[in-house]
Amino acid sequence: MHSRFHRARGLLWLVPAILVLVAFVYLPLVQNFGFATLSWDIYSGSQEFIGMRNFEKLATDPVFWISLGNNLLYAVLSIVFQVAGALVVAAFVESIRSRRIRNTLRVTYFIPSAISLTVSGLLFYFIYEPNLGMLNNVLDFAGLEALAQPWLGQESTAMVGIIMMSQWQGFGYSALLFTVAIQRIPSELYEAAEIDGIGPIRRFFTITVPLVREMWGLMIIVTISGAFQVFNEVMVMTSGGPNNSTQVLATWLYNSGFVRNDFGYAAAIAVVIFVLSLGIGLVQLWYTRKRRVEV
Amino acid sequence: MSGTETRAMLTVPPQSGRIGRLGFIGVIARVFMWSFLIGLAVVVVYPLLWMVFNGFKTNAELFGNPFALPLQWNWDNYVNAWNRGVSNYVMTSVLVTVTSTITTVFISAWAAYGLTRVRIPFGRFWSGFILGGLMLAPAVALIPLVRMFQALGLYNTFWALMILYTAFRIPFTTFLIRAYMIDLPSEIDEAAEVDGASRWTAFWRIILPMCKPILISTVLLHVLFAWNEYLFAMVFTSGTGVEPLPVGLTSLMSRHGTDYPVVFAGMVIAAVPVIVLFLICQRYFVKGLADGIGK
Repeated sequence: MHSRFHRARGLLWLVPAILVLVAFVYLPLVQNFGFATLSWDIYSGSQEFIGMRNFEKLATDPVFWISLGNNLLYAVLSIVFQVAGALVVAAFVESIRSRRIRNTLRVTYFIPSAISLTVSGLLFYFIYEPNLGMLNNVLDFAGLEALAQPWLGQESTAMVGIIMMSQWQGFGYSALLFTVAIQRIPSELYEAAEIDGIGPIRRFFTITVPLVREMWGLMIIVTISGAFQVFNEVMVMTSGGPNNSTQVLATWLYNSGFVRNDFGYAAAIAVVIFVLSLGIGLVQLWYTRKRRVEV
Repeated sequence: MSGTETRAMLTVPPQSGRIGRLGFIGVIARVFMWSFLIGLAVVVVYPLLWMVFNGFKTNAELFGNPFALPLQWNWDNYVNAWNRGVSNYVMTSVLVTVTSTITTVFISAWAAYGLTRVRIPFGRFWSGFILGGLMLAPAVALIPLVRMFQALGLYNTFWALMILYTAFRIPFTTFLIRAYMIDLPSEIDEAAEVDGASRWTAFWRIILPMCKPILISTVLLHVLFAWNEYLFAMVFTSGTGVEPLPVGLTSLMSRHGTDYPVVFAGMVIAAVPVIVLFLICQRYFVKGLADGIGK
């Protein structure tokens, strides 16, 4: 009796965390499922149960599919630049002999990751600005005036423009993580390969890539998961425009709820985000478990 | 970091004959690599410098020649930005960041202690319950949270952000501290018990001080998060006095949209503190980031 009481008392350590999570994370999550079945105008306060109709509406809403497509594009380009690209950058940097230069480069590349997406979003809003913007001016300077255009003002370039800003901001962060992984590779492997006359490119593919596999596996998952939560940069740079061409799930959720006052529909989009992020989260969990077992 | 040193020591080869061994293709590859790395550094640094310089320009200079250095280094724009609301945004951001850091780190450290060093009933369930929050995107709970905070009368107050930043970061912060505490030898607790120390004393006097490195990492990562967060800040606050910096900057932009240099100055004010913090505490950032992705 005494020991059971004693053990239950240990739960006191968890009480603050559990209470906060129940009240502000899990309860709203559960409520959201209920809200998704309502037609709900928050200003008039009218609520009506409409079952799955919000989800039916979702399936036929072209902007929802544009948003989902943009999230996917975000994921694909981020994997190319922030996983594959960053791995190459990290390998390059680690091959430098001078420790000083290595550190300087790593830190330089990371700096954009420390500033907020709002600041970098605004910064790139100005860089893409057609008249005083840096990009068009650089093109002018290089004699490529023909390529100058209103980057964020037209449907064909706006989304890619936003995504590239985010690559600029994020690749240093992933490069830093890859650096940590590369440093854990025993240097004897590289020396042995070098003695055997294996060149740097083959060393990269036969030693670095396989040995940091865990890291890039994890990074791909984390990157995809991040790509489906994108909100800040889109909101700051285009608010989803022009003509909804840069909407992503989170901005479309925001727009549906807070601009078009359709809270039930916004909750339905939230359910989609939940299902996607849970799916990705479970893959991540499975991946880390599997790895632990292998190790 | 010690890995770097050993590696650097091991890879100092006899320098003579190096170029000869590299051969022509090797030299080309080296040149390519260096131009790539330097080019990348320019792409990272130049936009940031452009932002800082534009903060010193007059509007006429900015539109006249966006490339030129400012004619004189006057601080008017910074003063203007500061007086037109940025001082308030900074105060709010500091307040939210400091308070939510304290609550998050303590609640998470307690939880981590309970999960790792105290025998509690259903321990695995509670681990899953707390760490499961890692998989949830904040957007998923957005709509119910808005209604909840309106009902609580906390909508558009500093408390809303403090509570949400704490709640949504407890899983990640607990995850990091837990991974560190789990590795501390169990003899420590036994020794403390023999000495007659209560659990409470053992936590504060022995375990917490031993976790100092990971606590510093978690504090830094939380500061970075709270200072830069946008989704909750944008939805839950409006108006000078409650808006933190990221939202304040977009307000500054919409209010003084034509006075770009002031906006640039505001961006610099928002970016500098976190960049400086990162530069001072790189080591802990790197460790926190590497552990956070699931070592």
